[in-house]
Parts: sequence; C-alpha cells; structure tokens
Amino acid sequence: MKRKILAIALGAALAAPAVSAGTVTVLTSFPKELTTAYKKAFEAANPGITVEILNKNTTASVAYVRELPEGQRPDVMWASAPDAFEVLASYKLLQSAPEVINKSAPAKIGSYPLNDPKGMYYGQALAGYGISWNTRYLKAHKLPEPRQWTDLVKPEYFGHIAISSPSRSGTTQLTVETILQGEGWEKGWSQLLQMMGNAAAVTDRSFAVPDGVNNGQYGIGIVIDFLALAGKYSGYPVEFTYPAMTAVVPANIALIAGAKNADEARKFMAYTMSVPGQQLLFDAKIARLPILPYSMLKPPAGYPVPQDIAARAKVQFDSQLSGRRYPVVISLFDQMVTFRLKELQAAAKAIHEATAALKAKPNARGSELLAQARNLAYTPLVGAENVKNEEFLELFRKSRRDVAVSKQLTGMEQMWSEKARANYERARQLADEARGLAK
Amino acid sequence: MTASTVSPGSPASPGTPRALAGPRIGLGAWLAFGLILAFLLLFLIVPVGTVIYTAFVNETGSLTVGHFANFFGQLVFRESFFNSLGVALASTLFASIIAVPLAYLTVRFEFRGAVLIQTLGVLPLIMPPFVGAVALQLIFGRSGSVNLLLDDWLGFTIPIMDGLVGVTFVESIHYFPFILLNLVAAMRNIDGAMEESALNLGARGWRLFRRVIFPLAMPGYLAGAALVFVKVFDDLGTPLVMGVTNMLAPQAYLRITSVGVDDPLGYVISVIMIGFSILALWLAARVMKGRDYATLQKGGGALQKRRLSAWESVLAYGWIALVLAVTLAPHVGILLMSFAQVWSFSVLPDAYTLAHYATVFGDASGMIGNTLLYCVLAAGLDVVLGTAIAYLILRTRLPARQWLDWLASAALAIPGLVLAIGYLRLFKGVHVPFTDKLVIHSWVLIMLAYAVRRLPYALRSCMAALQQVHVSLEEAAQSLGASRLSSIRRVVVPLMAGGILAGFVTSFITAAVELSATLLLVSTESQAPMSLGIYLYMQSIAGRGPGAALGVLAVVVVGLGTYFSHRFVERSRVTTSTSTKAGA
Repeated sequence: MKRKILAIALGAALAAPAVSAGTVTVLTSFPKELTTAYKKAFEAANPGITVEILNKNTTASVAYVRELPEGQRPDVMWASAPDAFEVLASYKLLQSAPEVINKSAPAKIGSYPLNDPKGMYYGQALAGYGISWNTRYLKAHKLPEPRQWTDLVKPEYFGHIAISSPSRSGTTQLTVETILQGEGWEKGWSQLLQMMGNAAAVTDRSFAVPDGVNNGQYGIGIVIDFLALAGKYSGYPVEFTYPAMTAVVPANIALIAGAKNADEARKFMAYTMSVPGQQLLFDAKIARLPILPYSMLKPPAGYPVPQDIAARAKVQFDSQLSGRRYPVVISLFDQMVTFRLKELQAAAKAIHEATAALKAKPNARGSELLAQARNLAYTPLVGAENVKNEEFLELFRKSRRDVAVSKQLTGMEQMWSEKARANYERARQLADEARGLAK
Repeated sequence: MTASTVSPGSPASPGTPRALAGPRIGLGAWLAFGLILAFLLLFLIVPVGTVIYTAFVNETGSLTVGHFANFFGQLVFRESFFNSLGVALASTLFASIIAVPLAYLTVRFEFRGAVLIQTLGVLPLIMPPFVGAVALQLIFGRSGSVNLLLDDWLGFTIPIMDGLVGVTFVESIHYFPFILLNLVAAMRNIDGAMEESALNLGARGWRLFRRVIFPLAMPGYLAGAALVFVKVFDDLGTPLVMGVTNMLAPQAYLRITSVGVDDPLGYVISVIMIGFSILALWLAARVMKGRDYATLQKGGGALQKRRLSAWESVLAYGWIALVLAVTLAPHVGILLMSFAQVWSFSVLPDAYTLAHYATVFGDASGMIGNTLLYCVLAAGLDVVLGTAIAYLILRTRLPARQWLDWLASAALAIPGLVLAIGYLRLFKGVHVPFTDKLVIHSWVLIMLAYAVRRLPYALRSCMAALQQVHVSLEEAAQSLGASRLSSIRRVVVPLMAGGILAGFVTSFITAAVELSATLLLVSTESQAPMSLGIYLYMQSIAGRGPGAALGVLAVVVVGLGTYFSHRFVERSRVTTSTSTKAGA
C-alpha cells in the first residue's frame, strides 16, 4: 500500500504543472464574477503574467497562510473584513507595499482612513451597510418598507428580519459597532436587542442573509451594499437603502510576506486601484463602490456615490474604539442574542402583544410592569462604564490558552448566558402579566 | 443444513472472534496491522494531534484538564450536548422509519424498478449539505413552495424547517441512505434456507420479518444506524446553514474558526465529540456481542422474492412514492434552480433559461475529472483498509486489534478543518520525493484527507459484511489446502462483495460532497473538485444558477456511478450463483 501511495504521489508530481515565474497567486474570499473579471482584464493588460485565483473563505485563508512556509505562500490577500488583515499583520504575514497606492484616491472616506494607518493593507473598494428587503415578501405580508434602523424595532416586523452574527462576519461587527457609536453604548444596545427580538434568524455566514432575502425566506436583511445591489441588478425583487446611521468602509488588498512573486503581485495590486481596475467595479454582477472619485470614472446612471453616503452618515466612526472593544462586543452579542435567540424572541413577542393590549385598554399597573419587562429584556449586561474599563477589556485580549484566563472568560460568558436567559424569561412573564391586566 | 445460531457466550461470537489457525498469529497479520497502524498514525492521529493538543495544555505548554472543567461549567455547552444527543437519536429513528420499509420492500418482493429505487434512495447523500438546505428552504422553508401553497389554500403554514425540528428533518432525509445501503446489503446476504425453515415452522408475514429476517440483517442495520447516529451527532453543515448554533458541532466550529482567536474550548468540544462517537460505536458493538449472525450458505439462493397482492402493491408503491417525493425534494429544488432565471417568494421560478449550464460548461469537465479521481482512489483505499481491519478484528487474535477500529472511527468526529490544518502543519516544508514540489501542494493530500475522513463508513460496511460470513467457509477452504491469503482472496472477499460495495459507494458519495478539508487543501484552481466549484458559485448572488447547474451535474455523475456499481454487483451475483450451481 505504501508503494501505491508513493507511486500516486510521484505520478501527481509529474502531472501537476509547475507554477511558473510570472504567476500572481491571489488568495481571496470574493465571488467568482469579481475575480474572473479582474483576472481577464489584468492578463490582457500585462501579457506574460498569469493570475491564479485561490478562493477560500476568510478563516481558511488565514489558516492557510499561517501554515505555509515562507516562499511558498500566495502573493496577494484580497478580502473585505479588516480583522483578517489585522490578524495576518499581527503574525507578521504581510509586507508593506506603499508604491501600489493610487495617489488620486482620497485619504479618508468620511472619518474612516482608506488605508491601514500602519501601512500594511490598502483600501481597494468601498462598502456601506444597510437594509435590504424583498418587495414581494413585504407586499404579501403587507409590511411598509423600512428606511432606518429604528424602523426595525417596530412590532410589525416581528419574525421577518435576518442578520449574521458579528462574531462570524466582520461586516456585521462594523454595522453593530456603527449603531453603538452612533447611539451610544446603552441606547445602541437597547435598539439592537429590540431589533434582534424581531429577528427570524442569526446566520453563521454573512452571505446567507442576502441569499435568504433574495429567495424570499426572510423579508428584511441587514447586509453589506454590494450583495444586495448585485441581487437587485441580477433581477431579484429586492431593494436596498443606506440608513442615516451607517459607515462606509474599505475592502482591502495586501501583499503577503514571503510571497513568491512579489513584483508581479505589486503590479496586480496597483492595477486593481487604477482607473480601468476601478471601472470594473461598476459591473452589475459586482456592484461595488470604487475608491477613486467619480470624475475619473464612468459610473452608470443612479449609481450610489460613496462620498455622499459618508457625508450624510450621522456617525463619526472611530476604528480605534471599535478595535479596542471588539472581543467584548462580539462575545456579548453571541451570549445575549445568537445563543439565546429563542428566549429573546419569546420576550419580544410578549412585549409586543402587551403593548398592543395596553394601547387598546390602558392600565397604570400594566404599563409599569411592561416598562419593567422592556428594561429587563433590552438592557445590555455590560454597562457603559465597564466597557471603558481598561482592566476589563484587557482580560478579553489575553490568551485563552491560559486555563485561569479561560476560566475567567468562560465564567463571564456563563454568567451573561444565564442572566440573559433569566432576564428574557422574567420579561416574558411580566409582559404576559401586563397584558392580563389590560383585559 | 446447518444454520446460524444465536448462541450467547459461544466462543464464535464476533466480540471474541474465533481465530482461524489456532493461537499462532501469522506474520502477514502483523504486517497488515503494522501498515494500517502506520497509515492511521501518519494521516490521522499525528496531524490531528498537532492541532487538538491545545485542549490539554496550558499557555506555558504544561498539561492540564482545566479546559475540560471550564467546558462543563457552561450552560450553553450542556444545553448543546443534550440538543445534539436528542437530534441524533430522533434522526436515527426517523431515518429507520424511512429506510427499513424501502429496503424490505425492494429486496423481499418482486418489484419493478427495485434497483432504480435503491439508487434514487442513495441520491440524498450526494447533495452537499449547504446546497441541500438551500434547495429545501425553497421547497419546505418559511416562504417555500409548500408553505406558500398551504397559506394560499388553507391559511396556515408548517414551520418544519425551524430550529431543532428542522435539523432533525433535514438530517433524517439526508442520512437515511446509510441504513438503506447497509440493510439492503445485509438482507441480500441472508440465506434463503433460513426463511424456508421459518416458513416450515409456521412463521408468516410480520412475525417472519420481526423474528427471523430483521434479526438476521441486524449487523447491516446496526452498522447503518450507528453511522447515522454518529454522523448526525457530529454534523456541522446542516445546523450551520439552518442557523441552529446550540449544538456541539457548531459550538466547536464557531470557536475554532473565529479569526485570530485561539480558543482551546473548541478543541475540547472536538475531543468530547470524538469520545462520544467512539462510545456510540462501542455500544453498537456491545449489542452485537455474544451473537452470531454468520450464515453458511451463500450460492444457494438469497431470500425468495414474492409477488405483492393488488392492494399491497398500491400501498407499497404509494409509500415509496411518498418517501421518495420528500427525500428527493432537494433534488427537484436544485433542478428547478439550475433552470430558473429568478426564483423568489413564489411557488415556481418566474422564467426558465439554459444559460447557467452554458456558464458552467467550461469549468465542469476538469472538476468532474478531479472529483472522480480523488473519490474513486479514496473509496478504493477505504475498502481495502476497511476489509483488512475487519478481517484483523474478526478473524485474528492480534492484541489491540480493536484499537484499529477505534482509531479509524475517530475520524468521524474530527472536523475537516482540523484535519486539514493538521496536514498543513505536519507536512510543512516536506517535498514530494525526487521533486522540488511540496507535499502540501499536491492533490494526493486532498485524496488522503477524503480517504481518512470516509474510512469509518467503509469500515462499518465491511465489518457488517464479514460478520455475516461464517468462519467455517474459510476453514473449509484452508482444509482443502488454500493458503490464508488465497482463502481471503477467493472466498472471503467475494462473499463480502455486497458489503464492500456498499462501503465503496458510501465512501465515494460522501467524499464527493466533502467541503471543509477541501477548502483548505486545494492549492490551485486546477485541483478543485465539484464540491468546491459548487460552493464557490453559490457564494455569489449571480452564481446561484450556475452553482445549481453544477450541482445537478454532480448528482448525475455520482448517481450514474452508484447505479452502475449496483448493476455490476447484480450481474456478478447472477454469475456467481450460476457457477455455484454448475459446480454443484
């Protein structure tokens, strides 16, 4: 059997084409339409260089680069989530390549820097977050079109909203953080928890949300713009809007340290930020926002203008603050929402019903109970003061491999989990009681 | 006419197998044992060990069980454990309800299209879980065809795709083929004489099935049911796409794959899942212990085929039609998707097109070739290893032979991602002999990952098949002067053929839809198999149609493969039985 394996291995070695010089290997999580368009255009403009696309999801990409020896790694990393680039940079797996930056692009979009301040990765396209909905679904369920995040807390949207978990999707984490920075910690969480009480699902992949909205499984999704727009331009009955509380942030590209063909890789990176490279983003199947000003490009009529959205946006996004409390926010969200969705939904339903009943037949004691119920269900388990406490934040940054740290953290998560469950259960009881009083 | 006996405590029971050639253990057995052990160590235990040792060490690298203590302190985990257990048990039950009648009706009765039905019955396995769930959402989901129609006509909907119920539903119709395949193989192996004796003694109908046929097919049923249980218990894809996170596998996955977080708790869960899976398989083995399922006669004819009376046919065909309609719904869904222009919140797509097939046409041939190459080699390796391990366990007295089974079965519970990271880590910088190519850039590693991950399936089928072959058939061959090796080759393996094929088919099919290890191990586009191609297409809005088209092609390719292997076995069965008769 050993000999058989060896023979197969030898056969494979002989049969497989060697990667020749002049090949740029691009590690990306972007959809095929986008990568194929860039591969074709770049190869046509640079005869002799071939582009090899290696498509992996972000998690697999990071693991893949980490496990490969220097000189054998892919050349370019190209993805949305800034956290993946941060992780790669922290393992010293990126090298800076400032010469690829297009000087015509602005330094900042709104208040968000286009390129990594440490110079390890660069903005290549822009994305904003917003609300997308299926027009047929809303019509069938007789629902109005939502415009702002605050619309999504309304009782009529109960069971119609989908979001992906911020611990799984860097884009959702930015959305959550935008709301928290725009409304303030306590008020932001209260709004988020009310929205999530209306949620039908918290999905694992960020793509599952636009997909579910496209096929009508969910009515409303909290999504990144290009996924919704690509659906709309492909003929699906979906619409998309940017709420006032949004942030426009870059999707990134970086040169991997120890890359095989660094020179060709730099050419490819520069191409993605050049005028022809940026023009490709307008393709209906890609539907992304470019970093270059529209005066240099030919945008289709009615295409969203990132600078306008950023200018309209009410929130001044602070990426430092976001990075500091990142582990706390995602962990709290998972314990209070993702893993407790059933209990949160039950509480939200009871509160909606009690609110309607009390509106029809007011009762002072009932209103008091209802206020208590809302307070229990929609208050974050970590206070605004606590999240500013450096010691508290530091705990989340320590290595979980240390049993003592891990014990403290799991103890904390356990406490959040139990408290959230108890609070939702109590809120449901109080709301039911309040509704009983309205009779 | 010697028949098998249920003889508790007899030395011939599989738990304490009867050794063939007395107490001496041949050199060949040791060699086989050594080779298999080396394979498992090199491609399973050591790579996985390099990853999950994190569960047992502290930050400084010293040993600790603290992480396990932390695990059991968490409410979410305890809840996840019981959810996983409940879903696995319920799915095994429902999968049995679907599979047992299908197997019984098609094997026991004159049935038009029995092979077709058995092939169709395997189709659910071919669907990658994420595609199956997408297609099922379109049919049974909140706004799926069925619920839209129900809502229109009757004003209510059935939330069958929600929560744990939804997971159980999808798992049952996805994994029942494990039971079907193994049960059909086992029932075909039953000696017709057993049935005749039972009939002579007055057993009929239900009693005959319950007291004679089903017990004799028990090894096959248990092999399938144990697989369903373990597979559902460890399954990640289905709960994830259904959005259910309060189960063990998603909890482990979410913790292992959070970017930049090195959380040992994820590996703790993996270790617990491995332990529990082995426990389940051990329990299944316990049930079999002390019983002998072997029958002597093989060529003499299998179970008689009977004709159904008119109303029985109506009932039987009706049941089969219903079962197939539900289990094939994902395939109908994906077929429609592959032709659909836009399908959104409507019973059927708005308009149809052939464009998606044109899109994938260029990509498909290379991917089909890769899938066939990797999966045939992997499944071939699996049945060779599976037969060898089964033989060593059931027919020799090698010390620690049972460990081969436990080690191989541990692969069931290991997330593909963990195995793949282990490979990349273990073979870092190792070159393929005589070349400057890295092992990790070679497709052989993908194939080996498939073989290791799907070995437990082939192993269960091979074990079940060998349990049904009576040891005296080999003794007879050896007393006639056949060497051990040639008695295995000429007697044992041909008699196990049905079970080995079942193992090959399960390994092949499930390897064809493997994704998690593939995603990490593919190092150039030209290495991509179909499962990866479908996944990549399905990751984009405009790619759903082409992805579905590629999915349809995958189902057709793998379905044809299954159909022809059934045909092949049917034909060789006929040849064997005629030659036996001629010889007698």
